Amino acid sequence: MGELVATNITKSFDSKKILDRLFFTVKEGEFVTILGPSGSGKSTLFHLIGGMLQPDDGTFTLNQEEITGRRGAISYTPQSPSLLPWRTVLKNVVLGSEIKGEVDFNQAKHMLEKAGLSGYEDAYPHQLSGGMRQRVAFVRALLSPQDFICLDEPFSALDEFTRLEMQQWLLKIWEEHRKSILFVTHNIEEALYLSDRILILSKKPATIVEEYTLPFARPRDQDLFLTDEFLQWKREIYQALQGNLN
Amino acid sequence: MFQLLIQNRLSFMKKIVRHYSSVIVIIAILFIWQWSSKLLSIPKWLLPAPTDILNEAVNGWNTYTHHLVSTTYLSIGGFVIGVSVGLLVAVILHLLPIVRQAVYPLLILSQNIPIIVLAPLLVIWFGFGVLPKLIIITLVCFFPIVVATLDGFRQTSPELLHYMQMAGATKGQLFRKLEFPHALPAIFSGVKIAATYSVMGAVISEWLGANKGIGVYMTLAQSSFRTDRVFVAIGFIMVLCLIFFAIILTLEKVLLKGRMHTNG
Ligand SMILES: Nc1ncnc2c1ncn2[C@@H]1O[C@H](COP(=O)(O)OP(=O)(O)OP(=O)(O)O)[C@@H](O)[C@H]1O
Ligand SMILES: [Mg+2]
Repeated sequence: MGELVATNITKSFDSKKILDRLFFTVKEGEFVTILGPSGSGKSTLFHLIGGMLQPDDGTFTLNQEEITGRRGAISYTPQSPSLLPWRTVLKNVVLGSEIKGEVDFNQAKHMLEKAGLSGYEDAYPHQLSGGMRQRVAFVRALLSPQDFICLDEPFSALDEFTRLEMQQWLLKIWEEHRKSILFVTHNIEEALYLSDRILILSKKPATIVEEYTLPFARPRDQDLFLTDEFLQWKREIYQALQGNLN
Repeated sequence: MFQLLIQNRLSFMKKIVRHYSSVIVIIAILFIWQWSSKLLSIPKWLLPAPTDILNEAVNGWNTYTHHLVSTTYLSIGGFVIGVSVGLLVAVILHLLPIVRQAVYPLLILSQNIPIIVLAPLLVIWFGFGVLPKLIIITLVCFFPIVVATLDGFRQTSPELLHYMQMAGATKGQLFRKLEFPHALPAIFSGVKIAATYSVMGAVISEWLGANKGIGVYMTLAQSSFRTDRVFVAIGFIMVLCLIFFAIILTLEKVLLKGRMHTNG
């Protein structure tokens, strides 16, 4: 189970309105992406869902239970991988479950293997490449007991090749587990390739101006990028973004 | 071919020199010292030759071992108490920010006062037993530990803190899983300073009044112009400091295994 409902979420910093009456739902097992310009309040939205900040107005419910202002209800990967440098990869990926209680090292090893990280269980974060660190952070999110995952631009710091590779990897792993994901990016192709649904955020104060349900079948692969349908969608989303930015 | 051989030989020599350069410097100084004291026939009570000192160190073994043992115990005892109290106080101050705000500036200020000047007072209050000595060593060890540990806690990476909070970590978990391990390198640098301070504190506390210890041995040697014995004492103080240092360094290597100096 992992259904998130955001109702009327509003947040200001120092009387400057950042988020203005956001309504959206992420259904069980759905991959939803929020697409918005830099500085529009995407990370702020995650901090609100995660209970780091209190919204001025509105509520979040997870599986019909209110979680507004409560920490630890969702599993989260910040913009930087945020791995503990003194822990090995294996000890890092169990951190989320360790905080919540039960640790299952066998499951963790199994997951690392599936994630293409076998042989790195005992490596330290500084011995990994940027892409591998992101993988570790994502495996940590998957292994956390919460069944709702928030990913904040996990691939924005990676080069184009690694990014493509990581997107494909993410889809493969996710399609096996199907935990609900709320994903944030400002990359249109990434949003189209990964998501079931895209929400478009306007400039300040941010509100959801458009919502698109994508028809692409799963499992998806990189051939999708070159199909006419994909390019058409890309044009449409691009125009939508342009439209609400000007 | 021949040239290559020479070059190899040269680079090999360079490596040795770089690695052992400080040892070579020490040996050179000892040689100059030895020769000059013989050539200029400097009186033994003014500056004994290294061989004289070594001679005393070997032959006088029975006259000073109990002093050595006593000082070693005293420094270890004071060090352990000082580090424990320092860590405890640092943790308490960290967990109670209101208290920290009031106390931290005072701590920094008090670091500028040489704790040793309090020693006569402690002797007046507590006499010549072990207690005032342990208090002195505890005091000199205490401050570097508290300041280093608090600094370590304060430098906790905000990103990691953010992640842990979002993951729902309790205050206790934040401390155990993030802040304390994050502060360990800083704590170790404080512990290293405290280790050398503890030996110094022990010797000075013995100067002020004791019936055994390297400090006592030194005072006795000085008043009877046994300069060779003063040097023996200095040598042992240095060795003691180095041994403490080496033990802590080893411990640090084991505990901080695999860790880089940067965050990643
Ligand atoms: N704690 C805070 N106090 C005051 N202002 C803040 C705070 N956090 C964020 N802001 C402001 O809110 C706005 C949105 O910030 P946020 O980090 O959510 O943007 P973002 O969409 O995640 O941007 P990016 O794509 O660059 O990551 C910015 O203008 C920022 O200055
Ligand atoms: Mg952001």
